[in-house]
Amino acid sequence: MKLKNQLRAAMRSLGKNKMRTFLTMLGIIIGVASVIAMLAIGQGSKESIQKQIANLGTNLLTVYPSASMSGGVRMEAGSSQRLTMDDYKAVAERCPAVMYSTPVVRTSGQLIASGQNWRTSVWGVYPDYFSIRTLEVEKGAAFTLNDDRTANKVCVIGQTVNKYLFGEGQDPVGKMIRINKIPFQVIGLITAKGQNAWGQDQDDIVIAPFNTVQVRMLTVTYINSIMVSATSEKMIPEATDELTQVLKERHRLGPSEDPDFSIRSQADIASAATATSGILTALLASIASISLLVGGIGIMNIMLVSVTERTREIGIRMGVGARGRDVLLQFLIEALMISLIGGFLGAGLGIVASGVIASVMNWPVTITLQSIILSFIFSTAIGIFFGWYPARKASSLNPIDALRYE
Amino acid sequence: MKETIISVKHLVKIYKMGDLEVHALRGINLDVHKSNFVAIMGKSGSGKSTFMNIAGCLDVPTKGEYMLDNVDVGKLNKDQLAHLRNKKIGFVFQSFNLLARTSALENVELPLMYNSRISSKDMRDRAFKALESVGLADRFHHLPSQLSGGEQQRVAIARALVNDPVVILADEPTGNLDTRTSVEVMGIFQKLNTMGITVIIVTHEPDIASYANRNVTFRDGRIQKDIIVEKPRNAAAELLTMPVLTEEDTI
Repeated sequence: MKLKNQLRAAMRSLGKNKMRTFLTMLGIIIGVASVIAMLAIGQGSKESIQKQIANLGTNLLTVYPSASMSGGVRMEAGSSQRLTMDDYKAVAERCPAVMYSTPVVRTSGQLIASGQNWRTSVWGVYPDYFSIRTLEVEKGAAFTLNDDRTANKVCVIGQTVNKYLFGEGQDPVGKMIRINKIPFQVIGLITAKGQNAWGQDQDDIVIAPFNTVQVRMLTVTYINSIMVSATSEKMIPEATDELTQVLKERHRLGPSEDPDFSIRSQADIASAATATSGILTALLASIASISLLVGGIGIMNIMLVSVTERTREIGIRMGVGARGRDVLLQFLIEALMISLIGGFLGAGLGIVASGVIASVMNWPVTITLQSIILSFIFSTAIGIFFGWYPARKASSLNPIDALRYE
Repeated sequence: MKETIISVKHLVKIYKMGDLEVHALRGINLDVHKSNFVAIMGKSGSGKSTFMNIAGCLDVPTKGEYMLDNVDVGKLNKDQLAHLRNKKIGFVFQSFNLLARTSALENVELPLMYNSRISSKDMRDRAFKALESVGLADRFHHLPSQLSGGEQQRVAIARALVNDPVVILADEPTGNLDTRTSVEVMGIFQKLNTMGITVIIVTHEPDIASYANRNVTFRDGRIQKDIIVEKPRNAAAELLTMPVLTEEDTI
């Protein structure tokens, strides 16, 4: 039988039992819709996590000195003073996989301005820091290397600091604040970054030139950490190796000795977070695919009923010359049609449902083309898989038995 | 000597029902020639229907040889049998066996559907011609449920005709019909026969058998009698003299 005629015949026989066809299809519609919606929710949360991580800084690597030891008692990580400015210079000069780099000194300070006060951490860094952390200056400007060289008492503040010292939405540029009694001029306000993935307020910060903080505030010679960004995400392991090599050499450590510093990469956190949301997505999708499976069983059930009900028709068709494979194809096409039309309608419903979830629940939702294609392939496969057995049963009937069937 | 359309030798069919063996056919030898109009008679259980089903390639014999239009049917597989049913045989059933909720024209088109070389337009034309030849051209779009028994059987005959078969096999074609429609149907078979189509019908009514030009009587799975009818009745002529019944009388 020609395919065109097969399709027409399938349409007609499905049309004869509209209610039954629709109810069978409903199983697939709901299955496909829930798979698409669940994948959209999973993908949405994955993307929002990735966005938050990217927010921390792209390809960020941080070198901390290891914990210091005093009389066999280990102090907290990063407490040793083994990193120096010379280490930083070596890193900056000798690591080609590093794009931006900055030494970091950190302290906390009591800020006083216009009758208000606020305690927060003060970071002393090079202007590269803004590129590493992807910080943008909303008002005013970032400081320059020149400010650093002359240890100018200027700073850039975060939105939270601005809110508590000058009031939300106020322009702090040009105003003076005192940090631990040292007067600083505010020259920039950072665009809000919000909380990071573990709930830290990234806007509660004061950033000042490295030299200013090291010399004028702390009067120390060591540095707290070195922050660098790799030239690309792929170069992160390479950059890590280079940093390790350079620093081990500078600290006179052999290749087999444990380093006295540690390197933390954003990639670790990112991959852990992505893996978590990946598991979540897989879980949601697998629950949703169970409903798709149940829909498939519904198709099989109704096709089996249909084969029994239409045994005589099968006999007539075979009597006038239908081969086993013609009958097989006829029933398979009917099953496929149910699952494909169901898949199509389900995809539409899934997209609508995702939209509703996004607007009502305020969840991040992303519908990917892959998820739609995937559920189409899935529903086609279900049509063939669950349609096969009934179709096979129909095609293996004996014409004379089928004709005699009452 | 005319061309032989059907030739069976020592045909045996045994049905197994659990431990019980039913010998439906116990060695049938029969030759049917082109343009024969054969009526197969016999009581129920004589094996006549079993013979028809085997002749129609709907069933296979347990033993014996069956040549249809010079093809050895015993050597064919299921698909080849289906092809043979499609191309060489037109089968008419007692209970019409039309597809419900499918128009007369589409019922007649059905065998052509399984013949992939015919275009949709040709299909329609040929089905229409077949309906015309049984006098139902004006009712082509009617569903089986909208047709009388006689009309339904005529649609079934049109369906049997549409693929230009070498033989038309009819199993009790008048079994479900009243006298007048039975004569009408026999008239159609006679007309087709004069056009050169070989016809074999199964019936247990001697009246109906007398329209054929050869009567074969089965008994207990064997052929008991095989006679040539010298002067078959003429259905067309008889119809003219029969009173025309109204719908109410039919019921």
